[in-house]
Amino acid sequence: MDEPASITATPAAGALTGAAGPAGLFSDLHPPLSHDEALVEANRCYFCFDAPCLHACPTGIDIPGFIRRIATGNLKGAAVRILEENIFGGSCARVCPTEILCEQACVRSAQEERPVKIGLLQRHATDWLMDRELQPFQRAAASGKRVAVVGAGPAGLACAHRLACHGHDVTVFEARAKSGGLNEYGIAAYKLVDDFAQREVAFLLAVGGIRIEHGRSLGAGLPLGALQRDFDAVFLGLGLAGVNALACAPAAPLAGLRDAVGFIAELRQALEPRRLVPGRRVIVIGGGNTAIDAAVQSRRLGADDVTIAYRRGPAEMGATPWEQDFARTEGVRVLHHLTPVGFVAAGGAVAGVEFMRNRPGSPQSAGERVTLPADCVLTAVGQRLDLPVLDVTPRVADGRIVVDANRETSLPGVFAGGDCVAGQDLTVRAVQDGKLAAEAIHRRLAGIRE
Amino acid sequence: MTDLSVNFASIRAPNPFWLASAPPTDKEYNVVRAFRAGWGGVVWKTLGEDPPIVNVSSRYGAVSYGGARMAGFSNIELITDRPLEINLREIATVKRDWPDRALIVSLMVPCTEESWKRILPRVEATGCDGIELNFGCPHGMSERGMGAAVGQVPEYVEMVTRWCKQHSRMPVIVKLTPNVTDIRAPARAAKRGGADAVSLINTIQSIVAVDLDTMAPEPVVDGQGTHGGYCGPAVKPIALRMVAELARDPELAGLPISGIGGISTWRDAAEFIALGAGSVQVCTAVMHRGFRIIEEMQDGLANWMDEKGYAAIDDVVGRAVPNFVHWEDLNLDYVTKARIDPALCIECGLCHIACEDTSHQAIAIHREGGRRRFEVIDAECVGCNLCAHVCPVSGCIRMVAQEVARPKRTWKQHPNNPDRREAAE
Repeated sequence: MDEPASITATPAAGALTGAAGPAGLFSDLHPPLSHDEALVEANRCYFCFDAPCLHACPTGIDIPGFIRRIATGNLKGAAVRILEENIFGGSCARVCPTEILCEQACVRSAQEERPVKIGLLQRHATDWLMDRELQPFQRAAASGKRVAVVGAGPAGLACAHRLACHGHDVTVFEARAKSGGLNEYGIAAYKLVDDFAQREVAFLLAVGGIRIEHGRSLGAGLPLGALQRDFDAVFLGLGLAGVNALACAPAAPLAGLRDAVGFIAELRQALEPRRLVPGRRVIVIGGGNTAIDAAVQSRRLGADDVTIAYRRGPAEMGATPWEQDFARTEGVRVLHHLTPVGFVAAGGAVAGVEFMRNRPGSPQSAGERVTLPADCVLTAVGQRLDLPVLDVTPRVADGRIVVDANRETSLPGVFAGGDCVAGQDLTVRAVQDGKLAAEAIHRRLAGIRE
Repeated sequence: MTDLSVNFASIRAPNPFWLASAPPTDKEYNVVRAFRAGWGGVVWKTLGEDPPIVNVSSRYGAVSYGGARMAGFSNIELITDRPLEINLREIATVKRDWPDRALIVSLMVPCTEESWKRILPRVEATGCDGIELNFGCPHGMSERGMGAAVGQVPEYVEMVTRWCKQHSRMPVIVKLTPNVTDIRAPARAAKRGGADAVSLINTIQSIVAVDLDTMAPEPVVDGQGTHGGYCGPAVKPIALRMVAELARDPELAGLPISGIGGISTWRDAAEFIALGAGSVQVCTAVMHRGFRIIEEMQDGLANWMDEKGYAAIDDVVGRAVPNFVHWEDLNLDYVTKARIDPALCIECGLCHIACEDTSHQAIAIHREGGRRRFEVIDAECVGCNLCAHVCPVSGCIRMVAQEVARPKRTWKQHPNNPDRREAAE
């Protein structure tokens, strides 16, 4: 992918210190639980019947079941219980917004406003297994069937893993140099430290039966119709390739103005990320978790002044209240009801952003204009599908590929899941799509009636 | 102001909280620290004949439950491993320096009159307030014909007690082993022998855990283990029952009881006292948290007595004993039903699954708009109380007594009882 080179490697970078300072850039957002901490926390779980947390997990992990296994010292059992529902249980333990999923549903939230730390317990169990390089899954006898998966992100690899376990051979086509999708390219570094995304992919591939071809993206070189013909089934885990631009974006490129997704991707892949400073005064435009990630990363990289500007109020932000608070504690200023309407440029570089202040509760202008100075502006105003021109095209509605309950598209035998289909843009949801599609594909290939 | 002082079998103490004969009372150093902290008395760790015994390493095992450490505790330590003379000298010093505290000496010597005749005058010479006969130690000593080996044979209990009363003027407390089928038999024997009081329970024979790596019972001593004596909070219910059993036995009427077994808080102590104990002895709780717990125990007990209007310990001793009846005396026409407070319910579902799987299918789930509501089906609820116990929210499930038209009937009067006796007209 083409990344605008507006991140500057500056000799002064080392002298800059943000809230956490460069040292905090890659430190774990939530350090892992120790053995004793995990025991105390596991014993806080009531082992609810028909547990609300389980229903709140998009992949339906048996949360009371795995926590009970931690409490009894059956760490392997705990990890398997997690991974059999969610092969990305390790990264989901780190990146899931548990505060709006399982932990929000935890009955201890109602009782004492302090849920069981389900995410950290899940990490404790999955780390235990992965640190020991145990492989709990075994492939079924070879079926002789072949499935193509496009995209080696969480949706695609979850699908591939489940299909491989059922005995099918899977070929994954991935445009980028590395597998992992957003876990590798799109999530803030402090959420997935120590190259976890790659370690998790290696763990997942170790089951066997999955071949990944990098540098292959859907299009003229990889026509969808050909995949349909050459394979017994196809799964599309394309993610969202395009980033939305601001309505007021300048016609000509402006140094210091770029999209946040590209910024995070470049940061994640940088060999010396500590030397990369987006700017001294950074404005992030948007209200989702990408905006938070980009803002906090900027601050940790050493920017003096980081502001998130969002056009509506805190309740409308895509970022959870926890993420918003987290950004503030990291020294990020969060401003609401500001719609960008223009840029201040100086010598071909961005010098500020002009905003219109909105009335609370509506994106309608209140008539007031506000100009904030900036030497770097990161836009995080959403991503879009951007399907390439294809020989055959699945039906798309509202900018996402349309699928049924089995995650099958309008094209027979072509399934899709993850961010390229409608739903919450979460890793855990992508994993569930991949899993459901794999089960549906398997049923079809094995001739099992629905 | 509440008076916590006790006169237990003519042994006076400023409060009923004593330390049981055990490692915390093995030396002057520890006992002085305990008295400084505020303990009302100690039972000095059991003395024996020289040469002293030898102990092993390690000595303790424990049961952790749900993250709580030392819910149950076990030891394979024996009686004091220090020379008799040193112990006697220290006992005399401590008693001289702390005249207001109860200082009782635990004894265990071979089951011959000569042995007892030899040691008793030396102990009496220390000025201690009394002796406690260790007929309970369930390991090590019992295999040499002492401890529980004596305590399990009522005739021996009576005989040794009598020797002690004959050969000394000290009050004699007989410490009973729970490792018997009927705790009343050794207690009655002690009384026949002239005992001034009994104390119970000593530890329960146990294997506290198995080390699954070395395949040996814990605590592991060089790859092997042995049975130990179990104590700590987990044994409290067993001890309470045995204390109450003696307290209500007409044959033992008037015999003071020192309660022992898992006492960790003022509330535990109050329960023992209510079931007939005139003093209580503590060990595991101080081994877990140190002597300072006495501060809370004293003011907790005093505050509760104040609130209830009890001026002295004697006002509480045995107060619950008349309500400790045989099952056949319970009212079969008393009915309670569970009531769930929806405002407190956190929707964990534990009441439902406990009742559904293991009891009477009397708690229904109603799913309403993503929420769950639990409702007691009165026709099925037998008032067993299981739901209230499994509920993690205090006060959420209450057992509410129902109006019953009939007068009280016990099993003795119940028509289902083939041997029933009609109520006297």
